[in-house]
Amino acid sequence: MSRLTGPNIQLNELGQLHHFLTIEGLKQQHLIEILDTAESFINPNTQEIKKVPILRGKTIMNLFFEPSTRTRTTFEIAEKRLSAQVESLDIETSAAKKGESLLDTLWNLQAMQTDMFVIRHAQSGAAQFFSQHVAPHVHVLNAGDGQHAHPTQAMLDMFTIRKHKGSVFDLKVAIVGDVLHSRVVRSQIQALSILEAREIRVVGPKTLMPESPEAMGIHVYHDMEEGIKDVDVIIMVRLQNERMTSALIPSEKEFFKLYGLTKERLALAKPDAIVMHPGPINRGVEISSEVADGPQSVILEQVTYGIAVRMAVMSIIMSNAAQLKQHRAEQASLDLDEPHTLNAMEEANS
Amino acid sequence: MKLVILNGRIIDPSQNLDQVTNLYLSRGRIVGMGDQAPEGFTATQEVDATGKWILPGLVDLQARLGEPGSNFAGSIASETKAAAAGGITSICCPPDTSPVNDSQAVTELLQRRARQASTAFVMPIGALTIDLKGERLSGIYSLKQAGCVALSQANTPIRSALTLKNALEYTSTQDMVVMLRCEDQQLKNGGVAHSGPVSSRLGLPEIPPSAETTALARDLILVEEAGVRAHFSQLSCARSVEMIADAKKRGLPITCDVAIHQLHLSEMDVLGFNSLFHVSPPLRSMQDKQALLMGLKSGVIDAVVSDHTPLQKDEKLLPFGESMPGISGLETLLPLLMKLVQENDLDLMTAIRCVTQNPAKILGVQRGTLDINQPADLSIFNPEGIWTLKVNEMLSEGQNTPFQGWEFIGQVEQTFFQGRSVYRKNQV
Repeated sequence: MSRLTGPNIQLNELGQLHHFLTIEGLKQQHLIEILDTAESFINPNTQEIKKVPILRGKTIMNLFFEPSTRTRTTFEIAEKRLSAQVESLDIETSAAKKGESLLDTLWNLQAMQTDMFVIRHAQSGAAQFFSQHVAPHVHVLNAGDGQHAHPTQAMLDMFTIRKHKGSVFDLKVAIVGDVLHSRVVRSQIQALSILEAREIRVVGPKTLMPESPEAMGIHVYHDMEEGIKDVDVIIMVRLQNERMTSALIPSEKEFFKLYGLTKERLALAKPDAIVMHPGPINRGVEISSEVADGPQSVILEQVTYGIAVRMAVMSIIMSNAAQLKQHRAEQASLDLDEPHTLNAMEEANS
Repeated sequence: MKLVILNGRIIDPSQNLDQVTNLYLSRGRIVGMGDQAPEGFTATQEVDATGKWILPGLVDLQARLGEPGSNFAGSIASETKAAAAGGITSICCPPDTSPVNDSQAVTELLQRRARQASTAFVMPIGALTIDLKGERLSGIYSLKQAGCVALSQANTPIRSALTLKNALEYTSTQDMVVMLRCEDQQLKNGGVAHSGPVSSRLGLPEIPPSAETTALARDLILVEEAGVRAHFSQLSCARSVEMIADAKKRGLPITCDVAIHQLHLSEMDVLGFNSLFHVSPPLRSMQDKQALLMGLKSGVIDAVVSDHTPLQKDEKLLPFGESMPGISGLETLLPLLMKLVQENDLDLMTAIRCVTQNPAKILGVQRGTLDINQPADLSIFNPEGIWTLKVNEMLSEGQNTPFQGWEFIGQVEQTFFQGRSVYRKNQV
């Protein structure tokens, strides 16, 4: 099983984030640093997010191979609040592209003095693929790759949980809906487990559950009432239309009957349980309006925190790059110093 | 030219032979074996093979040779050289060429090119249906006349059960073996990785084992009904091995093979999204791998193939799911097989039999043997010496191997095809 834990390709030689591709393989300290940094961008009195000059002079390219408005917008806002220069590109991938042209696109954009790419792509592993082909000083931030990972979304969810519960530690969390096809859920599960949630449950029909839940450290429930009993956090996952057309579930109506979050069901969770949803919500499909707009719902807060968390990740990566540069300069000067030290020792000996 | 190979350890499963002695070649054929030269034989050339093994030239049931068309890298000239370097002298090339080998013209073109290259015995496999579309039957008799040794659908199985039933029944009257890759495209559903812990973690679209086993169940029943000689290609699942074993017990005239990489790699290798590990069928679980190995040992699995798929570099320079599946495998078939022997997973005789006598028997050709009067296709193998696979030293024009950097013990030193030396280590 040693191959499971190879060197984490998103970390630099100091063990700090160089890219942000996935939550998997990160340490608690990495996640805490992101959460703490995000906190520092939010004005505690007004809950407003400050504009800071941290990324002045840096160019960030948002590369979206898959359409997205919400994620792209929050990334753009986050980048601008950090004072970076921002470019966004939607790239058609419908035509089967040859590898060379895909990488040529990347290298061309890199040549335009890009410091960081924010990439969304329909293929699992795409962000890692790009990170292996950019120049060493260029950073890649995964804004969603296939069904693999969406680490900034997971971090903003952790941020939201921490805001309300003080910490993720020892919480019982239920994730309800399409776990199989969700990159968000995969990242959430990893983050929850690194932050030592007590129990991670996933709730839904067998057709929307992964083949090997045990490999992900989760407990599967096919019964909603049982699944959300006594949990601290309920995360509802958005149901895509294509799940009905591919016969994974019969209808939205039946899904709501079985797994929809209603007031009555919510009462089974802990009294202070919070309800989350990455949005945009399908009212009457995953969640009743009563719950979505109710006092336990934190859905709209998540959107605001998304900006702060993305600012945190980008500023941490750029500050790590600066630290690494300094570290290398120090190492180089140490190497130069060495002969002198030796000479001094020799002199002392003689 | 009369050549004698002296003092080699001759390993030939077709004669149940494992003995140190001399081998005599003349006019492209094997003319004698033993300490005494056959009557009237005076060697014009001697090769000392003391300490070396003499193996029959390997017979590979599935290797793509890059021609015709540009679906794959390489040419018959380059890929048969790569084969020779791996001790392989007989090669079946599947019909997924461009254009598809569904006509006499393409079959003849392949044979002409192979004769020009003259490095290995190339046996074209004809397409069962026109353009491999699974709709209309190819001219099966014409393909046979042109020299196709078998028929197959390469990696695109016939979807319609009725068309397959007709194809099998028609072929049964032509005394030809049909090679079937079992994969239900609907269950495959665009998947790229085995459904298991790794696909769950990486979010790679999944190919369940049932994509193979349900197709195999259907095909077995249709094969039994049609009474056709069938060969099942590149099995990947434990359950498939059981199903083949049961069918053989029932007396069905079937055989099957496994690709060598399935005996060394598993789904775990896909962690990291390295597209070099993207193959079809996908790398499956450790249990599947173990079952395939057991199947080989027990004889349920008859042959091991390279499933050689040489690809242009940019076909793999893509995210995992968008990359082309396949491994450039001619040069690693024998080394990986010997590794199984060295690790005590397989005995030497069985290992060699799976790539010589058995595949030759499946095709009904006189190859893969060192028996008297047979073509002098053989390799001299040095069983000692550790070497490391380096892609830039490979002869295939496809450099898509996940085995880069692997260490092997023992290597082919020289290969003879029809009595002529076609490969010599370090003298390419």
